Amino acid sequence: MINRLTDTLNFQAEALALRSERQRLIASNIANADTPGYVARDMDFATALRQATGQATTPGQMTVSTAGHLQPAAGARGEPGLRYATAAQTNLDRNTVDMDRERASFADNSVKYEATLRFINGSVRTMLEAIRGQSQ
Amino acid sequence: MSMFQVFNISGSAVSAQSQRLNVVASNLANADTVAGPDGSAYKARQVVFQTELMGAAGAAGVRVATVSESDAAGRRVHDPKHPSADAEGYVTYSNVNAVEEMVNMISASRSYQNNVEVMNTAKTLLQKTLQLGA
Repeated sequence: MINRLTDTLNFQAEALALRSERQRLIASNIANADTPGYVARDMDFATALRQATGQATTPGQMTVSTAGHLQPAAGARGEPGLRYATAAQTNLDRNTVDMDRERASFADNSVKYEATLRFINGSVRTMLEAIRGQSQ
Repeated sequence: MSMFQVFNISGSAVSAQSQRLNVVASNLANADTVAGPDGSAYKARQVVFQTELMGAAGAAGVRVATVSESDAAGRRVHDPKHPSADAEGYVTYSNVNAVEEMVNMISASRSYQNNVEVMNTAKTLLQKTLQLGA
């Protein structure tokens, strides 16, 4: 029974963690806008969320059915949903950060982070309401 | 919580950009410096940025790797009455290009503003996260 209450909450919490991770990625890109040779990275959010909630497997991850099975080292496994950006305009210093794109992604991610926060707040309020009942 | 690392990342970028602004300021201040007794004038300096990995995947800050000096020839002006003039009557000034430095300054200040804005947004989002469920 308690699972049913917390399942939606778990999903939103997973999404929130991924959103904050993407925020960190975009902050790294903006910080390195003037670094020669830096390659911008971004997250394929839908794929990352599917991998985080167990609906899809991370590339390179192996099935573990007994305790003796080993997992590849962190570097040998694909990172969930991370992609490298190609340069929108060629650059003399081979930097592929497109500031307009990064600013847009940053704003988009901030709004969606806040939306996830509101979803969590909403389901918490719904649950509290259900627990309290009509006791007034 | 990966949102806290945004402050480290953007903070490193802000400090790197402010060092770049410092270098621009010293270049502009020395734009009209004449060669000293050793015969070499001030050389324009430039910071070299480098990515600094911060542990977790995808977290990358910036640091200033080196400050390089320009090898361009200094500006030579014919002024035989100048006390620093050489045997041919030429005075060697520093090799600072004022236009280049101004462009560098604008670029540095824009990057600085961008990173400050990133930190402000992260702060707002974290505050809202702290009030979760209230």
